[in-house]
Amino acid sequence: MRWVLVAVMVAATVLSDLLQSHEMKRAGEQSVEPRGLMRLLRIIAQRRYLILAIACLAVSFFSFMALVQTEPLSFAVPASAASFVLETLLAKLVLGERISGRRAAGALIVLCGVILVGG
Amino acid sequence: MTAEPAKPAATLRVGVVLFLFIATKAVGNLLLAWGMKHLPQTMSANPIQYLRAMLDPFVAAGVLALILAVLMRLALLSLADLSYVLPVTAVGYVIAAFLGKTFLQETVSSQRWLGTFLIFAGAALVGSTAHSTTEAKAK
Repeated sequence: MRWVLVAVMVAATVLSDLLQSHEMKRAGEQSVEPRGLMRLLRIIAQRRYLILAIACLAVSFFSFMALVQTEPLSFAVPASAASFVLETLLAKLVLGERISGRRAAGALIVLCGVILVGG
Repeated sequence: MTAEPAKPAATLRVGVVLFLFIATKAVGNLLLAWGMKHLPQTMSANPIQYLRAMLDPFVAAGVLALILAVLMRLALLSLADLSYVLPVTAVGYVIAAFLGKTFLQETVSSQRWLGTFLIFAGAALVGSTAHSTTEAKAK
């Protein structure tokens, strides 16, 4: 059950990040002063992928809540780092980003760490 | 990225915001875990249950601290590059294991410590390369 929750949490986090990155690149640069924030809220309301991204964030946080209820905190927080691995993989496959050897090595080290933490 | 040397006041401000972020995140995680573990019912897939769980004072305080942490992280990102923020905040994984052991009486095996430190190292390595796309665009 613990790995199901980790998988849901990580998948939801990464999906949310990908959707946000994809939509915000299309929306152009935004500012965070009050008027900029109002514009940002309007953009969110108009773009269904951003609404989906926020729903994914909620799913991710709820999974984290369920995870810390039944599993140790010393497992739940480090295990959430698995998102680095999936994010690196999808950044290359979906967003077509170039992944440096250093980043690939980092993601692999994180993967080994997550396996050890769960073992 | 910038040519001018870092001013001591700016460095101090980054340090303070960094500390506040790491602290609010750690305390938020701890309060959330404490509150969730003491709830009478186990969570299912029903989202209403999670919203109701947030009425618990510890869970609510945890959520509030985690919201503060998000704001601190935004403030931090306005002061420092992501390639600095990601590696230094990766220490949060180690802190979470430490808090679990100290306050929640969790048993952290040497294998779990090793895994946690590997995650810290790996996340720091991934993070220190994060700015590669923006750097190319920077003037």
